[in-house]
Amino acid sequence: MTLKFPIYMDHAATTRTDPRVVEAMLPYFTEKFGNSASRNHKFGWEAEDGVEHAREQAAQLIGADAKEIIWTSGSTESNNLAIKGAAHMYARAAEGQRGRGHIITAAHEHKAVLDPCKRLIGEGFDVTFLTPPPDGVITRAMVEGALREDTILVSIMWANNEIGTINEVSEIGALCHERGVIFHTDATQWVGKMPTNVDADNIDLLSWSGHKIYGPKGVGALYVRRRKPRVRLEAILDGGGHERGMRSGTLNVTGIVGFGMACELCQKEMEGERERLFKLRRLLETELMSRLEGVQINGHFDRRLPHLTNMSFGFVEGESLLMGIKDIACSSGSACTSASLEPSYVLKSLGVGDELAHSSLRLSLGRWSSEEEVRYAIDGIEKAVNHLRTMSPLWDLHKEGIDISKIQWQAH
Amino acid sequence: MAYSEKVIDHYNKPRNVGAFGSSKEVATRKDIGVGIVGAPECGDVMQLQIKVSDSGVIEDAKFKCFGCGSAIASSSLATEWIKGKSLDQAMGIKNTQIVEELSLPPVKIHCSVLAEDSIRTAIADYKKKNGLLAEATEGAAH
Repeated sequence: MTLKFPIYMDHAATTRTDPRVVEAMLPYFTEKFGNSASRNHKFGWEAEDGVEHAREQAAQLIGADAKEIIWTSGSTESNNLAIKGAAHMYARAAEGQRGRGHIITAAHEHKAVLDPCKRLIGEGFDVTFLTPPPDGVITRAMVEGALREDTILVSIMWANNEIGTINEVSEIGALCHERGVIFHTDATQWVGKMPTNVDADNIDLLSWSGHKIYGPKGVGALYVRRRKPRVRLEAILDGGGHERGMRSGTLNVTGIVGFGMACELCQKEMEGERERLFKLRRLLETELMSRLEGVQINGHFDRRLPHLTNMSFGFVEGESLLMGIKDIACSSGSACTSASLEPSYVLKSLGVGDELAHSSLRLSLGRWSSEEEVRYAIDGIEKAVNHLRTMSPLWDLHKEGIDISKIQWQAH
Repeated sequence: MAYSEKVIDHYNKPRNVGAFGSSKEVATRKDIGVGIVGAPECGDVMQLQIKVSDSGVIEDAKFKCFGCGSAIASSSLATEWIKGKSLDQAMGIKNTQIVEELSLPPVKIHCSVLAEDSIRTAIADYKKKNGLLAEATEGAAH
């Protein structure tokens, strides 16, 4: 197989739409173009059939009932609807106190969870942002320690988007059910890659997105439990009362059809894909760690998504490393690669030191990643790291046996 | 982010990478001035070493840099520019000239500032070692 450049290793950011998904979508642009809310003609019925079939496909992937799926524009909207919608619906003060209720989340959640929570603080809610341990895994015990009488919602992601660590989601869900607290999980990086069952895993609200699972961008779903307990949400978008009144707006029929197909394909191919990608990642990590010293894997070593790795290459800055492997598309937690010029808040929250964040690289594999691509990446990264270390004053100090953390730097 | 051709060229073929000895060795050499600026937690560390002749001319310069491509290019360019210059002439190099030469975008201006600082700090270090401290205070202050 000949390599095609640039090589895509950023599947945690987005995925290529599977051609089979595109094929399923095409008729809904030009032939079955109806509005699924049109109840009195064939165009509407065809569109509705497409939407409802996709709802079945989506529900099956997570072990839910089709009635429990709400279509959205993506995980950001799903998270906003879940968090704000539940907070507004269940707002209450602790006995004899003011306030509107307490929410628990974690400091290394995605911004699409953190920012809705921050907005709720402005509205009078109280939010606990759990500090993750250095391995990045949020446990049941951590959530238990933060629960209060007025806790109304817990939102803990299933797997982290930067480091791939897997939180104790089923256990946290069980805890929430014991205590009568609504449990939301942002499962954007998890669903479609790993087996999911909302009943067995005790989930009340679950967000996921089409474009992370080889579907189209601009379409997502929110699972909303209908029984034990029946979860109600206050809508953010009001209008025609679509999606059981929880999300008004004409449905993105083509996107939804694609989303459904993407879910079906993931369900069919997940197991083999997971195994294959895990082997490729192991090759990537073991080769790089045997060829280079000063390499660290960020996050819990075992409790991690199989297709993603976040590695820090000591004494080398991330953006310059990306420059050295410009034919490999991946991302870094370095400050220079972010618009804010701040290093990754996820890595910072683990308390492992800012310089590790500056030196980090996230590589995420996907459906079409091949062993040839991985071997090419290994060689490319090795070469770039060595090139940059010949230039790195920190590498020299390290080689002289000087502990860099003990030096008084002239911070800018 | 798209880099200018000059930044890419310096990144691929950095000029004057190296050092005149280990950190201990250069600390005691009077003909060498060392400037280390930045901090690892900020994502940029530049190290500039200058070798100064008896007549006060920078006859050689070496750099090392932990930082993004623009930081590497700025320090590489700085070594090219100061070689052969007197200390006073080198002190006259402004970060804005580096910005212009490398077509650095606004978010990368701090790289050029670090390069200018590294020149000043290296010169100050040389002057300090050679008892020219009074003159050096201005350069060292930041």
